[in-house]
Amino acid sequence: MPFLAGALAALGAGWVGFPHAIYKSRPQPVDFSHKVHAEKAGTKCEDCHAFREDGTFAGIPSLSTCAACHAAPMGTTAAEKNFIDAYVTPNREPDWASYAQQPENVFFSHITHVKLGQLKCEQCHGDQGASDKLRPYQVDRISGYSRDIWGRTLFQSKAAGAVPGMKMDDCVDCHRKQGLSHSCLDCHK
Amino acid sequence: MIAANKPNKIARYGMSIDLDRCTGCGACMVACAVENNVPPAHEGATARKGITWIRVFKVDNGEEGPARRSVFVPVLCQQCGEDTPCVHVCPQQAVEVDPATGIVGQMPERCLGCRYCMAACPYHARFFNWWDPQWPAGMEKTLNPDVAPRMRGVVEKCNFCHGRWHAAKERAAAAGKSEIEAGAYVPACVESCPTGAIRFGDLKDAASEPAVAAKDAHSFRLLEKLGTEPKIYYHSKRDWVRQVAAAPKPPNGKENARG
Repeated sequence: MPFLAGALAALGAGWVGFPHAIYKSRPQPVDFSHKVHAEKAGTKCEDCHAFREDGTFAGIPSLSTCAACHAAPMGTTAAEKNFIDAYVTPNREPDWASYAQQPENVFFSHITHVKLGQLKCEQCHGDQGASDKLRPYQVDRISGYSRDIWGRTLFQSKAAGAVPGMKMDDCVDCHRKQGLSHSCLDCHK
Repeated sequence: MIAANKPNKIARYGMSIDLDRCTGCGACMVACAVENNVPPAHEGATARKGITWIRVFKVDNGEEGPARRSVFVPVLCQQCGEDTPCVHVCPQQAVEVDPATGIVGQMPERCLGCRYCMAACPYHARFFNWWDPQWPAGMEKTLNPDVAPRMRGVVEKCNFCHGRWHAAKERAAAAGKSEIEAGAYVPACVESCPTGAIRFGDLKDAASEPAVAAKDAHSFRLLEKLGTEPKIYYHSKRDWVRQVAAAPKPPNGKENARG
Protein backbone atom coordinates (compact mmCIF):
# COMPACT_ATOMS: atom_id res chain seq x y z
CA MET A 1 0.00 0.00 0.00
CA PRO A 2 2.71 2.54 0.82
CA PHE A 3 4.43 1.40 -2.38
CA LEU A 4 1.31 2.07 -4.40
CA ALA A 5 0.88 5.50 -2.85
CA GLY A 6 4.50 6.30 -3.53
CA ALA A 7 4.24 5.10 -7.12
CA LEU A 8 1.12 7.19 -7.69
CA ALA A 9 2.78 10.26 -6.20
CA ALA A 10 5.85 9.77 -8.36
CA LEU A 11 3.77 9.25 -11.51
CA GLY A 12 1.69 12.29 -10.68
CA ALA A 13 4.78 14.39 -10.23
CA GLY A 14 6.27 13.07 -13.47
CA TRP A 15 3.22 13.30 -15.69
CA VAL A 16 1.48 16.35 -14.26
CA GLY A 17 4.03 18.32 -12.28
CA PHE A 18 7.09 17.97 -14.47
CA PRO A 19 5.57 19.27 -17.72
CA HIS A 20 4.62 22.45 -15.88
CA ALA A 21 8.15 22.79 -14.64
CA ILE A 22 9.84 22.20 -17.99
CA TYR A 23 7.45 24.03 -20.33
CA LYS A 24 6.76 27.75 -20.25
CA SER A 25 3.31 28.59 -21.50
CA ARG A 26 2.05 31.74 -23.14
CA PRO A 27 -1.25 32.56 -24.86
CA GLN A 28 -1.38 33.55 -28.50
CA PRO A 29 -1.81 37.31 -29.01
CA VAL A 30 -5.18 37.07 -30.76
CA ASP A 31 -8.23 34.96 -30.00
CA PHE A 32 -8.28 33.48 -33.50
CA SER A 33 -10.64 30.82 -34.78
CA HIS A 34 -9.59 28.77 -37.80
CA LYS A 35 -13.07 27.28 -37.85
CA VAL A 36 -14.83 30.60 -38.32
CA HIS A 37 -12.50 31.53 -41.17
CA ALA A 38 -12.86 28.15 -42.85
CA GLU A 39 -16.65 28.00 -42.54
CA LYS A 40 -17.87 31.58 -42.79
CA ALA A 41 -15.23 33.09 -45.04
CA GLY A 42 -14.62 29.85 -46.93
CA THR A 43 -10.87 30.29 -46.87
CA LYS A 44 -8.50 27.42 -47.56
CA CYS A 45 -5.16 26.93 -45.80
CA GLU A 46 -3.14 28.38 -48.68
CA ASP A 47 -5.25 31.54 -48.87
CA CYS A 48 -3.43 32.83 -45.77
CA HIS A 49 -0.50 30.41 -45.34
CA ALA A 50 0.94 31.03 -48.77
CA PHE A 51 4.01 30.15 -50.76
CA ARG A 52 6.24 32.93 -51.98
CA GLU A 53 7.02 33.21 -55.67
CA ASP A 54 10.33 31.36 -55.30
CA GLY A 55 8.63 28.37 -53.67
CA THR A 56 9.59 29.11 -50.08
CA PHE A 57 6.84 28.98 -47.49
CA ALA A 58 5.75 32.20 -45.80
CA GLY A 59 4.20 30.46 -42.78
CA ILE A 60 2.07 32.61 -40.51
CA PRO A 61 0.51 35.46 -42.51
CA SER A 62 1.54 39.03 -41.83
CA LEU A 63 -0.85 41.70 -40.63
CA SER A 64 -1.47 43.00 -44.16
CA THR A 65 -3.10 39.68 -45.12
CA CYS A 66 -5.50 39.99 -42.17
CA ALA A 67 -6.08 43.70 -42.72
CA ALA A 68 -7.13 43.11 -46.31
CA CYS A 69 -10.48 41.89 -44.92
CA HIS A 70 -10.44 43.24 -41.37
CA ALA A 71 -9.71 46.93 -41.94
CA ALA A 72 -13.07 47.49 -40.26
CA PRO A 73 -15.02 44.96 -38.19
CA MET A 74 -16.83 42.40 -40.34
CA GLY A 75 -18.68 40.79 -37.45
CA THR A 76 -19.74 41.65 -33.96
CA THR A 77 -17.39 39.53 -31.85
CA ALA A 78 -15.28 41.07 -29.14
CA ALA A 79 -12.26 39.08 -30.36
CA GLU A 80 -12.36 40.77 -33.75
CA LYS A 81 -12.85 44.22 -32.23
CA ASN A 82 -9.89 43.65 -29.92
CA PHE A 83 -7.75 42.49 -32.83
CA ILE A 84 -8.57 45.57 -34.90
CA ASP A 85 -8.05 47.98 -32.01
CA ALA A 86 -4.83 46.41 -30.81
CA TYR A 87 -3.16 45.48 -34.10
CA VAL A 88 -4.85 46.62 -37.34
CA THR A 89 -5.47 50.25 -36.42
CA PRO A 90 -1.99 50.88 -34.89
CA ASN A 91 -0.50 48.72 -37.70
CA ARG A 92 1.32 46.48 -35.24
CA GLU A 93 2.25 42.90 -36.16
CA PRO A 94 0.84 40.34 -33.69
CA ASP A 95 3.55 38.40 -31.93
CA TRP A 96 2.37 34.98 -33.09
CA ALA A 97 4.10 31.91 -31.73
CA SER A 98 4.63 29.13 -34.25
CA TYR A 99 3.74 25.73 -32.80
CA ALA A 100 5.56 24.00 -35.63
CA GLN A 101 8.81 26.00 -35.63
CA GLN A 102 11.64 23.53 -36.09
CA PRO A 103 15.11 23.90 -34.53
CA GLU A 104 17.62 25.89 -36.58
CA ASN A 105 19.53 22.83 -37.74
CA VAL A 106 16.50 21.42 -39.54
CA PHE A 107 15.81 22.00 -43.21
CA PHE A 108 12.20 21.45 -44.18
CA SER A 109 10.75 22.35 -47.55
CA HIS A 110 6.98 22.78 -47.59
CA ILE A 111 6.71 22.90 -51.36
CA THR A 112 8.57 19.61 -51.75
CA HIS A 113 6.02 17.90 -49.54
CA VAL A 114 2.94 19.71 -50.81
CA LYS A 115 3.68 19.87 -54.53
CA LEU A 116 5.87 16.82 -55.15
CA GLY A 117 4.70 14.60 -52.28
CA GLN A 118 1.11 15.83 -52.55
CA LEU A 119 0.64 15.73 -48.80
CA LYS A 120 -2.31 17.51 -47.29
CA CYS A 121 -1.58 20.14 -44.63
CA GLU A 122 -3.62 18.10 -42.12
CA GLN A 123 -1.29 15.14 -42.42
CA CYS A 124 1.40 16.84 -40.31
CA HIS A 125 -0.39 19.79 -38.72
CA GLY A 126 -3.64 18.05 -37.77
CA ASP A 127 -7.03 19.41 -38.66
CA GLN A 128 -6.25 22.98 -37.68
CA GLY A 129 -9.05 24.23 -39.93
CA ALA A 130 -11.59 22.81 -37.48
CA SER A 131 -10.05 24.34 -34.35
CA ASP A 132 -12.06 27.07 -32.67
CA LYS A 133 -9.41 28.25 -30.23
CA LEU A 134 -5.67 28.66 -30.32
CA ARG A 135 -3.97 26.52 -27.70
CA PRO A 136 -1.45 28.23 -25.42
CA TYR A 137 2.03 28.00 -26.92
CA GLN A 138 4.31 25.84 -24.79
CA VAL A 139 8.04 26.18 -25.07
CA ASP A 140 10.74 24.05 -23.48
CA ARG A 141 12.58 26.22 -20.96
CA ILE A 142 15.94 24.63 -21.68
CA SER A 143 16.01 24.02 -25.42
CA GLY A 144 13.59 26.77 -26.44
CA TYR A 145 11.75 24.35 -28.77
CA SER A 146 7.99 24.23 -29.06
CA ARG A 147 6.34 21.36 -27.20
CA ASP A 148 4.72 20.28 -30.46
CA ILE A 149 8.14 19.55 -31.88
CA TRP A 150 9.63 17.76 -28.96
CA GLY A 151 7.50 16.02 -26.37
CA ARG A 152 3.87 16.21 -27.30
CA THR A 153 3.63 12.73 -28.81
CA LEU A 154 5.67 10.85 -26.25
CA PHE A 155 2.56 9.40 -24.60
CA GLN A 156 0.10 9.87 -27.41
CA SER A 157 -0.77 7.29 -29.94
CA LYS A 158 0.03 8.56 -33.43
CA ALA A 159 -3.29 7.15 -34.63
CA ALA A 160 -5.16 9.41 -32.22
CA GLY A 161 -4.10 12.25 -34.45
CA ALA A 162 -5.05 15.04 -32.08
CA VAL A 163 -1.68 16.72 -32.41
CA PRO A 164 0.54 14.89 -34.88
CA GLY A 165 4.18 14.49 -34.18
CA MET A 166 6.82 16.66 -35.76
CA LYS A 167 9.83 14.99 -34.22
CA MET A 168 12.64 13.52 -36.27
CA ASP A 169 11.25 10.02 -35.69
CA ASP A 170 7.92 11.05 -37.20
CA CYS A 171 9.61 12.42 -40.32
CA VAL A 172 11.81 9.35 -40.69
CA ASP A 173 8.88 6.97 -40.10
CA CYS A 174 7.01 8.40 -43.06
CA HIS A 175 10.09 8.55 -45.28
CA ARG A 176 10.80 4.89 -44.49
CA LYS A 177 7.25 3.84 -45.26
CA GLN A 178 7.33 5.68 -48.58
CA GLY A 179 10.75 4.30 -49.43
CA LEU A 180 12.19 7.83 -49.56
CA SER A 181 15.72 8.74 -48.63
CA HIS A 182 16.29 9.58 -44.99
CA SER A 183 19.98 10.28 -44.56
CA CYS A 184 21.15 12.91 -42.07
CA LEU A 185 21.83 15.67 -44.56
CA ASP A 186 18.49 15.20 -46.30
CA CYS A 187 16.88 17.20 -43.53
CA HIS A 188 19.71 18.67 -41.47
CA LYS A 189 21.73 21.69 -42.37
CA MET B 1 1.03 9.23 -55.98
CA ILE B 2 4.03 9.72 -53.80
CA ALA B 3 5.84 6.74 -55.25
CA ALA B 4 5.82 8.36 -58.68
CA ASN B 5 7.95 11.18 -57.34
CA LYS B 6 10.48 9.07 -55.53
CA PRO B 7 13.97 10.40 -56.07
CA ASN B 8 15.67 7.51 -57.80
CA LYS B 9 18.65 9.30 -59.27
CA ILE B 10 21.84 8.65 -57.37
CA ALA B 11 24.43 11.36 -57.86
CA ARG B 12 28.11 11.32 -57.01
CA TYR B 13 29.09 14.95 -56.80
CA GLY B 14 32.71 15.70 -57.47
CA MET B 15 35.01 18.54 -58.33
CA SER B 16 37.85 19.22 -60.68
CA ILE B 17 40.46 21.83 -59.83
CA ASP B 18 42.71 23.08 -62.60
CA LEU B 19 45.96 24.01 -60.84
CA ASP B 20 47.22 25.72 -63.99
CA ARG B 21 44.42 28.25 -63.63
CA CYS B 22 44.57 28.79 -59.85
CA THR B 23 46.20 32.11 -59.02
CA GLY B 24 46.05 31.60 -55.25
CA CYS B 25 43.81 34.63 -54.78
CA GLY B 26 41.84 32.99 -51.95
CA ALA B 27 38.39 34.07 -53.16
CA CYS B 28 37.22 30.48 -52.62
CA MET B 29 38.30 30.59 -48.96
CA VAL B 30 36.38 33.81 -48.33
CA ALA B 31 33.27 32.67 -50.21
CA CYS B 32 33.33 29.38 -48.31
CA ALA B 33 33.49 31.03 -44.89
CA VAL B 34 30.71 33.48 -45.73
CA GLU B 35 28.47 30.82 -47.23
CA ASN B 36 28.87 28.37 -44.38
CA ASN B 37 28.68 30.73 -41.41
CA VAL B 38 32.29 30.18 -40.38
CA PRO B 39 33.03 32.96 -37.89
CA PRO B 40 36.14 35.17 -38.05
CA ALA B 41 39.13 33.55 -36.34
CA HIS B 42 38.96 33.72 -32.56
CA GLU B 43 41.72 35.43 -30.66
CA GLY B 44 44.48 32.89 -30.14
CA ALA B 45 43.52 30.78 -33.16
CA THR B 46 46.47 29.29 -34.99
CA ALA B 47 46.72 27.69 -38.41
CA ARG B 48 45.61 24.39 -36.88
CA LYS B 49 43.01 25.81 -34.52
CA GLY B 50 41.31 28.09 -37.04
CA ILE B 51 38.54 26.88 -39.31
CA THR B 52 39.14 26.86 -43.06
CA TRP B 53 36.96 24.36 -44.90
CA ILE B 54 38.96 25.14 -48.03
CA ARG B 55 42.55 26.28 -47.81
CA VAL B 56 44.96 27.34 -50.53
CA PHE B 57 48.45 25.90 -50.06
CA LYS B 58 51.55 27.10 -51.87
CA VAL B 59 53.87 24.37 -53.07
CA ASP B 60 57.14 24.77 -55.00
CA ASN B 61 59.47 22.44 -56.78
CA GLY B 62 62.28 22.79 -54.23
CA GLU B 63 64.64 24.59 -56.62
CA GLU B 64 66.26 27.96 -55.90
CA GLY B 65 66.66 30.97 -58.15
CA PRO B 66 65.24 31.07 -61.67
CA ALA B 67 64.52 27.34 -61.63
CA ARG B 68 62.00 27.76 -58.82
CA ARG B 69 58.40 27.06 -59.80
CA SER B 70 55.34 27.44 -57.57
CA VAL B 71 51.80 26.18 -57.66
CA PHE B 72 48.76 26.98 -55.53
CA VAL B 73 46.72 24.00 -54.38
CA PRO B 74 43.26 24.53 -52.88
CA VAL B 75 42.62 21.67 -50.45
CA LEU B 76 39.18 20.89 -49.10
CA CYS B 77 37.44 17.72 -47.92
CA GLN B 78 38.18 15.24 -50.70
CA GLN B 79 34.81 13.51 -50.19
CA CYS B 80 36.28 10.00 -50.09
CA GLY B 81 33.91 7.50 -51.63
CA GLU B 82 35.43 4.20 -50.42
CA ASP B 83 36.46 3.23 -46.90
CA THR B 84 35.97 6.85 -45.94
CA PRO B 85 38.43 7.19 -43.03
CA CYS B 86 36.43 9.67 -40.93
CA VAL B 87 33.27 7.56 -41.18
CA HIS B 88 35.11 4.45 -40.03
CA VAL B 89 36.59 5.93 -36.88
CA CYS B 90 33.62 7.96 -35.64
CA PRO B 91 32.27 6.37 -32.43
CA GLN B 92 29.09 8.42 -32.64
CA GLN B 93 28.04 7.71 -36.22
CA ALA B 94 28.15 11.46 -36.66
CA VAL B 95 29.70 11.15 -40.12
CA GLU B 96 28.04 9.50 -43.07
CA VAL B 97 28.43 9.30 -46.81
CA ASP B 98 25.10 10.50 -48.12
CA PRO B 99 23.74 7.68 -50.28
CA ALA B 100 21.97 10.02 -52.69
CA THR B 101 24.78 12.47 -53.33
CA GLY B 102 28.01 10.85 -52.15
CA ILE B 103 28.71 13.88 -49.96
CA VAL B 104 30.49 13.11 -46.70
CA GLY B 105 28.31 14.78 -44.11
CA GLN B 106 29.09 15.81 -40.56
CA MET B 107 26.37 15.94 -37.90
CA PRO B 108 27.50 18.42 -35.24
CA GLU B 109 24.65 17.45 -32.88
CA ARG B 110 25.96 13.90 -32.68
CA CYS B 111 29.64 14.79 -32.53
CA LEU B 112 31.17 14.40 -29.09
CA GLY B 113 34.39 16.18 -30.02
CA CYS B 114 36.82 13.26 -29.68
CA ARG B 115 38.57 14.34 -32.92
CA TYR B 116 39.38 10.79 -34.05
CA CYS B 117 38.12 11.82 -37.48
CA MET B 118 40.67 14.65 -37.60
CA ALA B 119 43.43 12.19 -36.85
CA ALA B 120 42.09 9.76 -39.43
CA CYS B 121 41.64 12.27 -42.23
CA PRO B 122 44.62 12.03 -44.59
CA TYR B 123 43.97 15.55 -45.89
CA HIS B 124 43.68 17.58 -42.66
CA ALA B 125 40.34 18.72 -43.99
CA ARG B 126 38.52 18.60 -40.67
CA PHE B 127 38.44 21.35 -38.07
CA PHE B 128 37.52 21.50 -34.42
CA ASN B 129 35.52 24.29 -32.85
CA TRP B 130 37.74 25.37 -30.00
CA TRP B 131 35.48 28.34 -29.28
CA ASP B 132 31.80 29.14 -29.59
CA PRO B 133 31.21 31.07 -32.80
CA GLN B 134 31.22 34.83 -32.38
CA TRP B 135 30.52 37.45 -34.99
CA PRO B 136 31.38 41.15 -34.74
CA ALA B 137 28.34 43.24 -33.83
CA GLY B 138 26.03 43.53 -36.83
CA MET B 139 27.69 40.78 -38.81
CA GLU B 140 25.25 38.20 -37.50
CA LYS B 141 22.73 39.81 -39.84
CA THR B 142 24.72 38.49 -42.77
CA LEU B 143 24.50 34.87 -41.62
CA ASN B 144 23.25 32.36 -44.15
CA PRO B 145 19.86 31.01 -43.00
CA ASP B 146 20.43 27.79 -44.97
CA VAL B 147 23.37 26.74 -42.78
CA ALA B 148 23.20 26.16 -39.02
CA PRO B 149 26.20 27.56 -37.10
CA ARG B 150 28.17 24.98 -35.14
CA MET B 151 28.84 25.08 -31.42
CA ARG B 152 32.04 24.79 -29.42
CA GLY B 153 33.35 21.26 -29.02
CA VAL B 154 32.39 19.73 -32.35
CA VAL B 155 34.19 18.99 -35.61
CA GLU B 156 33.15 20.48 -38.92
CA LYS B 157 34.25 20.33 -42.52
CA CYS B 158 33.33 21.02 -46.13
CA ASN B 159 30.07 19.42 -47.21
CA PHE B 160 29.95 20.80 -50.75
CA CYS B 161 27.74 23.65 -49.51
CA HIS B 162 24.94 21.32 -48.56
CA GLY B 163 22.64 24.27 -47.85
CA ARG B 164 22.84 25.10 -51.54
CA TRP B 165 21.82 21.53 -52.36
CA HIS B 166 18.74 21.95 -50.18
CA ALA B 167 17.93 25.26 -51.83
CA ALA B 168 18.38 23.77 -55.30
CA LYS B 169 16.12 20.85 -54.38
CA GLU B 170 13.47 23.27 -53.16
CA ARG B 171 13.69 25.38 -56.33
CA ALA B 172 13.34 22.21 -58.40
CA ALA B 173 10.31 21.16 -56.33
CA ALA B 174 8.72 24.57 -56.88
CA ALA B 175 9.09 23.93 -60.62
CA GLY B 176 7.51 20.50 -60.16
CA LYS B 177 10.70 18.49 -60.60
CA SER B 178 12.12 15.96 -58.19
CA GLU B 179 15.66 16.16 -59.56
CA ILE B 180 18.16 19.00 -59.67
CA GLU B 181 19.27 19.94 -63.15
CA ALA B 182 22.98 19.99 -63.89
CA GLY B 183 24.41 23.38 -63.02
CA ALA B 184 21.54 24.35 -60.69
CA TYR B 185 23.65 23.39 -57.68
CA VAL B 186 27.26 24.54 -57.28
CA PRO B 187 29.23 25.20 -54.08
CA ALA B 188 30.28 28.75 -53.22
CA CYS B 189 33.98 28.19 -53.98
CA VAL B 190 33.12 27.12 -57.52
CA GLU B 191 30.95 30.16 -58.06
CA SER B 192 33.50 32.58 -56.65
CA CYS B 193 36.61 31.36 -58.49
CA PRO B 194 37.54 34.23 -60.83
CA THR B 195 39.56 32.05 -63.20
CA GLY B 196 37.10 29.17 -63.32
CA ALA B 197 39.72 26.80 -61.93
CA ILE B 198 37.21 24.91 -59.77
CA ARG B 199 34.47 23.04 -61.61
CA PHE B 200 31.68 21.02 -60.06
CA GLY B 201 29.30 18.36 -61.24
CA ASP B 202 27.99 14.82 -61.02
CA LEU B 203 30.74 12.28 -61.70
CA LYS B 204 28.08 9.83 -62.86
CA ASP B 205 27.11 12.22 -65.61
CA ALA B 206 29.77 11.54 -68.27
CA ALA B 207 29.31 15.02 -69.76
CA SER B 208 30.02 16.87 -66.50
CA GLU B 209 33.33 18.69 -66.24
CA PRO B 210 34.68 16.69 -63.28
CA ALA B 211 33.79 13.44 -65.07
CA VAL B 212 35.67 14.61 -68.16
CA ALA B 213 38.59 15.80 -66.04
CA ALA B 214 38.69 12.47 -64.19
CA LYS B 215 39.56 10.71 -67.44
CA ASP B 216 42.23 13.23 -68.45
CA ALA B 217 45.81 11.95 -68.42
CA HIS B 218 46.96 15.12 -66.65
CA SER B 219 44.55 14.61 -63.75
CA PHE B 220 45.43 13.18 -60.39
CA ARG B 221 43.95 12.89 -56.94
CA LEU B 222 45.66 13.59 -53.64
CA LEU B 223 46.98 10.43 -51.92
CA GLU B 224 45.25 8.28 -54.49
CA LYS B 225 47.26 5.27 -53.33
CA LEU B 226 45.28 5.12 -50.08
CA GLY B 227 42.38 3.76 -52.08
CA THR B 228 39.77 6.01 -50.51
CA GLU B 229 38.48 7.12 -53.92
CA PRO B 230 38.39 10.87 -53.29
CA LYS B 231 36.04 12.81 -55.55
CA ILE B 232 38.23 15.88 -56.02
CA TYR B 233 40.31 15.69 -59.20
CA TYR B 234 43.29 18.01 -59.62
CA HIS B 235 44.62 18.81 -63.04
CA SER B 236 47.93 20.21 -64.23
CA LYS B 237 49.80 19.99 -67.50
CA ARG B 238 53.07 20.71 -65.68
CA ASP B 239 54.91 17.45 -65.06
CA TRP B 240 56.64 18.64 -61.90
CA VAL B 241 53.29 19.45 -60.25
CA ARG B 242 52.03 15.93 -60.80
CA GLN B 243 55.36 14.52 -59.60
CA VAL B 244 55.21 16.61 -56.43
CA ALA B 245 51.66 15.42 -55.80
CA ALA B 246 52.77 11.81 -56.14
CA ALA B 247 55.81 12.29 -53.88
CA PRO B 248 55.49 11.23 -50.23
CA LYS B 249 56.24 14.77 -49.04
CA PRO B 250 56.34 17.92 -51.16
CA PRO B 251 59.63 19.84 -51.09
CA ASN B 252 59.26 22.96 -48.98
CA GLY B 253 55.47 22.57 -48.74
CA LYS B 254 54.25 25.86 -47.33
CA GLU B 255 50.85 27.25 -46.61
CA ASN B 256 49.88 30.32 -48.53
CA ALA B 257 49.43 32.22 -45.31
CA ARG B 258 48.25 35.40 -46.97
CA GLY B 259 45.65 33.42 -48.87
